[in-house]
Amino acid sequence: MIKPNLQRVASIVTVAALTFSLNAAVASDLVINEEISLTNETAAPAHLENLTTIYSGWNFRKSETQSLQMDDFDNPGMIFVDQAIDQWNVVEGEAGKSCAACHTGGVEEFAGLRAVLPRYDEEAGGIQSMEDYINECRTDRMQADAWKWSESKMTAMTALIGLQSRGMPVNVAIDGDAAEAWELGKEIYYQPVGQLDMACASCHEDNYNTYIRADFLSQGQTNGFPAYRLKNAKLNSIHARFKGCMKNIRATPYKEGSDEFRALELYVASRGNGLSVEGTSVRN
Amino acid sequence: MKRKAFLIIGVTAAFAAMATAQTTAKTIIPDDVVFDEYGAVAMSLTGVAGDAANGRKLFANRKLGNCLACHVNSEITEQAFHGEVGPSLDGVADRWNEAELRGILTNSKNTFEGSIMPSFYRTSGFTRPLEKFEGKSILAAQDVEDILAYIRTLTE
Ligand code: HEC
Ligand code: HEC
Repeated sequence: MIKPNLQRVASIVTVAALTFSLNAAVASDLVINEEISLTNETAAPAHLENLTTIYSGWNFRKSETQSLQMDDFDNPGMIFVDQAIDQWNVVEGEAGKSCAACHTGGVEEFAGLRAVLPRYDEEAGGIQSMEDYINECRTDRMQADAWKWSESKMTAMTALIGLQSRGMPVNVAIDGDAAEAWELGKEIYYQPVGQLDMACASCHEDNYNTYIRADFLSQGQTNGFPAYRLKNAKLNSIHARFKGCMKNIRATPYKEGSDEFRALELYVASRGNGLSVEGTSVRN
Repeated sequence: MKRKAFLIIGVTAAFAAMATAQTTAKTIIPDDVVFDEYGAVAMSLTGVAGDAANGRKLFANRKLGNCLACHVNSEITEQAFHGEVGPSLDGVADRWNEAELRGILTNSKNTFEGSIMPSFYRTSGFTRPLEKFEGKSILAAQDVEDILAYIRTLTE
């Protein structure tokens, strides 16, 4: 299963690199495996002051990249989902348990979870991302080592769990206990940083649907994460993406798994409330 | 091995010498640049005439000017990707005079409030700059003068 997939990925990457076609946020539909219809364009949530319509990052990709995501057999990210399915049953740690040992209903138990994360967690006393919950299971319940925020086992597991919510609308809570972190996330989103002195909003709110040299800017939504990127041929976490964008503007990124990035993750997710969870997206 | 190390040191020393040669004349440091109320900068940053040919290279260089990231420029056809975040710079020298263009290049925010266009000759007032860029401007003073000389040639 894995080998032929990898070969196909290699040839796909070549094709994608050679083909340049003009693009625009086309209003085509994102349908996966010819049966799962996703919401890739919808009215902006009420809290968003400067946008009326929100779009998935999928809309802004070239048709070659788009079609890779429209069939799970072509989606290179699914290789990692397969790996996570194997990992699900692996016994690790002092407690002698696998994920499956506790989650007896199977990974399907997690349908709906991706759509509401990150969220305020009373026990943790702050915002928790999917990575936090996975590591909590590993350290507390399995007595195994925590995974690094963006290491391949972690991004694969977030992909498998996220996939269970595919097609459900992103619906993170921004009020109540989450409000404080949400405000912080919003502040970070609009704060120009780095030597290039730009904010997330400079590119993803003021200039989406525009070329910045060879890159076609999207709204920087997170509903497709973890995202398989043709550029690095692996799954990428949300925090790794934030880090990359900050480094590009020559800003010192916050740490992956920091409270700042959790807050920013919550805020950015809330900008996508209403878009479908895509499972594992394909981007360039 | 040793020879190579020498060579590198030699080259670095040559560059350092060049840089000081340029800065000794009357280079104005970023914090001392004087803008008029519309954001224009009348005085040359270095007193050395700009080199338009070099400016053209800097204009396209992704690590330096990278002006093509945001501006279409029909005079540079050999580069495939011209961004469209900012206006086309075709004929820009007809729209702005030298002092105005120097001001836009030095710190665009004084001409266009809240602009996304980076300030190319500025060293202070940044939030969370990467350590290796801290206290540094994107372009050196002479780079600004060179790009300025180049965009001054962009007439209709
Ligand atoms: C200089 C422009 C620029 C800035 C500033 C910027 N980004 Fe991006 N970002 C990009 C580009 C280019 C891409 C890849 C194409 C795309 O999806 O827009 C991207 C992609 C993304 C994506 C992936 C979207 C997807 O569907 O795959 C997210 C999420 C994102 N950015 C968030 C952010 C956040 C949060 C910030 C601020 C910390 C930020 N960006 C700042 C240019 C920028
Ligand atoms: C990240 C985007 C970006 C980059 C990089 C950039 N600019 Fe700009 N530039 C803009 C925008 C946007 C404007 C329009 C003013 C505004 O709305 O902020 C502008 C305006 C200008 C203008 C005035 C044009 C007119 O017709 O009014 C000039 C001249 C200019 N830029 C030159 C340059 C040069 C030279 C460079 C590289 C050294 C450069 N820019 C790099 C975004 C950019």
